Amino acid sequence: MSYYNFLLEPISCHAWNKDRTQIAICPNNHEVHIYKKEGGDKWSKIHELKEHNGQVTGIDWAPESNRIVTCGTDRNAYVWTLKGNVWRPTLVILRINRAARCVKWSPKENKFAVGSGSRLISICYFEQENDWWVCKHIKKPIRSTVLSLDWHPNNVLLAAGSCDFKCRIFSAYIKEVEEKPSPTPWGSKMPFGELMFESSGTDGWVHSICFSGSGGRVAWVSHDSTVAVATGSKNTVISSLRSETLPLLGVTFITENSLVAAGHDCYPMLYVYDEGKGTITFGGKLDIPKQNAQRGMTARERFQNLDKKASSETEKATLESVHKNSISQISILEGDKSKCRKFCTTGMDGGMTIWDVKTLESSMKDLKII
Amino acid sequence: MSKNVSSDRFRKVDVDEYDENKFVDEEEGGENQQGPDEGEVDSLIRQGNVMGALQAVLKNPPMNTKNQALKDRAEGLVLKVLSSFKSADIEKAVQSLDKNGVDLLMKYIYKGFEQPTENSSAVLLQWHEKALSAGGVGSIVRVLTARKTV
Repeated sequence: MSYYNFLLEPISCHAWNKDRTQIAICPNNHEVHIYKKEGGDKWSKIHELKEHNGQVTGIDWAPESNRIVTCGTDRNAYVWTLKGNVWRPTLVILRINRAARCVKWSPKENKFAVGSGSRLISICYFEQENDWWVCKHIKKPIRSTVLSLDWHPNNVLLAAGSCDFKCRIFSAYIKEVEEKPSPTPWGSKMPFGELMFESSGTDGWVHSICFSGSGGRVAWVSHDSTVAVATGSKNTVISSLRSETLPLLGVTFITENSLVAAGHDCYPMLYVYDEGKGTITFGGKLDIPKQNAQRGMTARERFQNLDKKASSETEKATLESVHKNSISQISILEGDKSKCRKFCTTGMDGGMTIWDVKTLESSMKDLKII
Repeated sequence: MSKNVSSDRFRKVDVDEYDENKFVDEEEGGENQQGPDEGEVDSLIRQGNVMGALQAVLKNPPMNTKNQALKDRAEGLVLKVLSSFKSADIEKAVQSLDKNGVDLLMKYIYKGFEQPTENSSAVLLQWHEKALSAGGVGSIVRVLTARKTV
């Protein structure tokens, strides 16, 4: 597991290129910086993408077509293409009157979805005749800001988590760019904007949402410290776990049954879903504490604690996790959602950590990733 | 300087009520929620069966109803049960609750903090410490984010 500190400020969002040699991050301002991995543990900044007038809230890098899409609080999205050695932006008119919050390329990279504070999702696709990105809106029945999006592998279904406490799956079928999709466990009729699934039972803003590798399951984390998974079927059953930790901000599947989630507790955690029993169980904390964290307290420190905090506890109040502030995003680095080998987390401490699943499995006893 | 306008009643208008995009929670039928059974709980306390009283008072929480009197009565009843425990027994009582029970207990504890009486805060703080070690900060987060509370 390796930790690299890019900045002193939070990393708002990040995206990796196809071969994982470059990472695009937003350093909590209006720009996007692209860093390239030089040998060892060194990263050097090679590009600065300056076009947004407001904080960049979402970045996604399409692996095959090598295009970057960014969206920001200036209510715009730009699609960047690499021409020679320069990234050139193309404005996409989203027709929203509030900030854009998240953006994701579809699996086939012929369209992308933008979630915004205007309580709608803009599905954008490229129109060849006009040489222009066009967008369509999904509005009903979203009643608050859309915080997170994830595409189903069939390129049509889109899961959206929003501030009205619900996770929904919509159809984003655009007849101009694709064929009619075949039936899925979430339903068979999929006209544009059709609501295929809406969750219930959890309170709290849905911070992050993720389809499983096969698309048959969707997982989400919400602000009331719960993790939930729904398996698509005629009668979709939602299983949820009320965790004892602070709310989680990011979640991803690493196998069909295992989820990794991280958030305000600053370390990633493993959750295991059992479809047969309909349960989610906590699998373990995925952070390897530093060796020197076992040092006892001196008498002076003990007295200081008693004096300042009226506490006689012998634990020091330092954060022993790798990240020193909340983790805001998790992305898969190597492998895919059905078999992930490495994943990456970025957080409000300006740091990026790369976690190796094999190393975690071997160094933590009782950790079983099924 | 500006002249004082004749009426400032407009300042007390709640403009959010007139917002057509205002978020309204879904209504779930709460008409048949009675709150915990007062008679049952009282008799259990009189018999000295405080554990049983705790289980009984955590049944039927008046979550979905808008009847404030019902909610106040339920809170009063819970406070009576919590006060009738000896300090040493609190931990065992909390251990006997399941996850939902601990979350519900946390909700009642914070509701109790809102309207402190003579000795209520001290008792509630003891319960809060034990409930926190059972439910973790997650249970407190759920008290803060709950849309429907007791």
